[in-house]
Amino acid sequence: MYDVTYHRATSVDDAVARLSAASEGQLLAGGQTLLPTMKHRLAAPSDLIDLRGIADLVGVRVSGRSVTIGAMTTHAAVAGNAELAKVCPAIVKLAGGIGDPAVRHQGTIGGSIANNDPAADYPAGLMALGATIHTNRREIAADDFFTGLFSTALDEGEIVTAVSFDAPETCGYAKFPNPASRYAMTGVFVAKGGDGVVRVAVTGAGSDGVFRHEGLEQALSKDWSSAAVDGVSVSADGLMSDIHCDAAYRANLIKAMAKRALA
Amino acid sequence: MTEQGIGARVLRKEDKRFITGKGRYTDDIRNERQAYAAFVRSPHAHAKVTGIDSAEAEKMDGVIAVLNGKQLTGDGIGNLICGWAVNSKDGSPMNMGAWSALATDKVRYVGDAVVLVVAETQAAARAAAEAVVVDYEELPAVVHAVDALKDGAPQVHENAPGNLIFDWGIGEEAAVDKALSGAAHVTELEIVNNRLSPNPMEPRSAIATYDEAEDHYTLYTTSQNPHVARLVLSAFYQVAPEHKLRVIAPDVGGGFGSKIYIYPEEIACLWASMKTKRSVKWTSSRSEAFLTDAHGRDHVSTARIGFDENNRIVGLKVDTVANLGAYMSLFSSAVPTYLYATLLSGQYDIANIYCNVRTVYTNTAPVDAYRGAGRPEACFLVERIMETAARELGVDPSELRRANFIKAFPHQTPVIMTYDAGDFAANLDQALEAADYKGFPARREEAAKRGKLRGIGLASYIEACGIAPSAAVGSLGAGVGLWESAEVRVNPVGTIEVLTGSHSHGQGHETTFAQVVAERFGLPIENIQIVHGDTDKVQFGMGTYGSRSGPVGLSAIVKALDKVEAKVKKIAAHVLEVSEDDLVVENGEVKVAGTDRAMAWHEVGLAAYTAHNLPAGMEPGLKEGAFYDPENFTFPAGTYVCEVEVDPETGETKIIQFVASDDFGTIINPMIVEGQVHGGIAQGVGQAMLETVVYDEEGQLLSASYMDYTMPRADNVPSFVIHHHSTKSPSNPLGMKGCGEAGAIGTPPAVINAITDAIGNNDLQMPATPPRVWAALQAASTKIAAE
Repeated sequence: MYDVTYHRATSVDDAVARLSAASEGQLLAGGQTLLPTMKHRLAAPSDLIDLRGIADLVGVRVSGRSVTIGAMTTHAAVAGNAELAKVCPAIVKLAGGIGDPAVRHQGTIGGSIANNDPAADYPAGLMALGATIHTNRREIAADDFFTGLFSTALDEGEIVTAVSFDAPETCGYAKFPNPASRYAMTGVFVAKGGDGVVRVAVTGAGSDGVFRHEGLEQALSKDWSSAAVDGVSVSADGLMSDIHCDAAYRANLIKAMAKRALA
Repeated sequence: MTEQGIGARVLRKEDKRFITGKGRYTDDIRNERQAYAAFVRSPHAHAKVTGIDSAEAEKMDGVIAVLNGKQLTGDGIGNLICGWAVNSKDGSPMNMGAWSALATDKVRYVGDAVVLVVAETQAAARAAAEAVVVDYEELPAVVHAVDALKDGAPQVHENAPGNLIFDWGIGEEAAVDKALSGAAHVTELEIVNNRLSPNPMEPRSAIATYDEAEDHYTLYTTSQNPHVARLVLSAFYQVAPEHKLRVIAPDVGGGFGSKIYIYPEEIACLWASMKTKRSVKWTSSRSEAFLTDAHGRDHVSTARIGFDENNRIVGLKVDTVANLGAYMSLFSSAVPTYLYATLLSGQYDIANIYCNVRTVYTNTAPVDAYRGAGRPEACFLVERIMETAARELGVDPSELRRANFIKAFPHQTPVIMTYDAGDFAANLDQALEAADYKGFPARREEAAKRGKLRGIGLASYIEACGIAPSAAVGSLGAGVGLWESAEVRVNPVGTIEVLTGSHSHGQGHETTFAQVVAERFGLPIENIQIVHGDTDKVQFGMGTYGSRSGPVGLSAIVKALDKVEAKVKKIAAHVLEVSEDDLVVENGEVKVAGTDRAMAWHEVGLAAYTAHNLPAGMEPGLKEGAFYDPENFTFPAGTYVCEVEVDPETGETKIIQFVASDDFGTIINPMIVEGQVHGGIAQGVGQAMLETVVYDEEGQLLSASYMDYTMPRADNVPSFVIHHHSTKSPSNPLGMKGCGEAGAIGTPPAVINAITDAIGNNDLQMPATPPRVWAALQAASTKIAAE
């Protein structure tokens, strides 16, 4: 790791000020991607501005079916939230399946979505839930927030403060972990709202990152069952091929994981 | 058996320091004015080095020296060598290309060391290494051995035309061809044995210290064989003369073979310590370990096996291409030849075997021994083709094996080995019984109802440990003898130090070896200290690899114990005024058999050192040494049964049951042996289902971290069922055979045989990842649809 100056921000405004004052500053959330990258000397920020000490950014609030999760809430905190488990068990399950216990006690939802790793779990969850991403400047719909591999709609100096969504009537998440990294080789989040609208988001598979799968959404709108998934043709076009598997296998996994998510 | 003797489950003496974080590994050591090394490594798989500019780096804070290959060779440091000469069939010697510890004019794989920076801190050394500018003229690279043999392939070393190192053969080709042409049935199989990264928990490390006053070097290093390291460093690399070089391998966190060899970094650090008059330390990062630790396996083979009308094997013919990487590592030539083709008879009575092996240079990391070393490749080939043949012949795979087992010993195979003992059918029966083999069809049916594909696979492995005797291996080209040495020092108070040339880096020698001494003299295990890993303490040693520490290392200790016992009896007979023939050593006493007259063990020790009352002419003291050269290899063998369930939707494969029945001969500590088998099976599962080194076509390593290289984890393996049915090895005093590698040898074919049984498609290469299993399932269903 190269030398770096560490800052512990006391508020979002303080973080913005410190970030703009730094020559090559970088926000630090749980650090589960950034710190290994720095250790490999592949990233060399001049300053790290740590957001984890900002109390306003931490915590899960459930009010009726309305859910708000602070950006610096760890995966373990989401996974262990009993109230959230009652209204939206799939997001609890998703958080409990990220990485390992050490990762889950450091990594945060804000850090995960701001990084937008194409194999991360949360982007699929938030997109399928139709979540809203709150920043220090505005609110962004999840559909507009995730814009491609490791890229988001966030502007320079813009900080995610929370995510919110209304818990759907029913939802589920299943992922097929990459055997080495245990990131999602393909993960599928299915959600059906009280209004009957079905949203299906896929992570780990798309060569342009997380995406919604129209074919599965249409089929599941008509018939919320694994038989409906069987009838959908999932194309390998636009899916990733890498040393672990090819696009055809990922296309197969999208159907297999959709069925598991429904189960 | 006593509570602490042979056969007892004694808890490991060494574990207290390991699990409390008090182990002392090379990187834990810091010398006075410690300086740190960092290497500038090639980012290209194949390139000419056209210039090195160190000016910026030399000016940086804390930089002590920036050293390159021309300086190194200019100082007379020799090239790295392969220590086992293997000739081609036509008698010509192997084509060994030059390997300088720091590249001079050409780099041949990504990670090849080019420049060494020595600085006051590790951070300064790394920063300066990044500031060194190396100019490269890139050359086309070749990654796969089969491609490297093709016309027009990039040439890795000038003196290995067509990248061929040697073209070697064993057995009678004409006899095998004749046997196969007359066979009632011939089974053919193409086999890829995947390249593996060794991944010991502790990465390599070296601390070299030159003492100007004494003109003497000390090297702390992560070695499985510190004496061999000293020998090679002095005799071949001329870094320092042997009597001026002390090599210490302190606690070492695993090796799996990868720490047998001498690597460029140790040589460069020793040389740099002399140049800078500083203690120079280098510890590999995990990334460097992936790039530069010698890889294992990487064979491509075709095999044909013939049977007569009674399903008896008439002949086996094998053609193998082995990838040795960019340079010939220390024992790289022996692994795909004498440690591989000599085991192609498996457990079977085969009159005719021929194997051709071509070894090849490529632009990849050097390949050498990795847990099993050649024997896993042989076992995988034999056990895959036996299972395949059974399917083709429509006979039960266990019965095809049984019908062809060798039943009488000694048995001379057509490929050098003389098997000395074994009871293959007993191990097979034990494994089948434990696995409820007969109940499998019902389990398969039950799984099918749940939509799962269940399969069962066998592997009846044999391997050879304790490569020996020295004269025989010498005649096959080995540059060293493969004996072992030991020294037993009985102190005046009766406590004992055993100095052994074996090296423990996870095997538990401090416990196992002490148990043998405790059993012999009836002493508490606490009174026995095992000393290893220091060339200034231990007289000599060939080290630990090839499961040799039990059969060879312990045999040397037993030989020294024999000498100690003889002297003890002479002293006691003299003091007690009886005949030494009437004396027995037991329960910590030397006593007159059938009486209560005795000397306590410590009284004998004291008598030896006070020397007040010794037999006439006897030298004082009680210390004996021994060198032990085995008469033969030992032959651990057994049968493994693997049962899997495949999810046809995803190709996910779960190992439901794994049963092992091993014949390791005499077992000293069953708990430690079970641990060795558990670890071996886990690594075997790793090779079969998870692990593989991947280079792209340009020679860039893609599986360069744990994000992409899949290590076996607890949830990849079931709870193992381990049984033993032992026959004693007649070739060493304790009847031991060795247990360190068996798991890694017998497991891969059992797993792949089980998966291919489950999916009904035999065309499946390792690692059998879910995507590969799924693709094989699609291919099988397409084939069925077409039919």
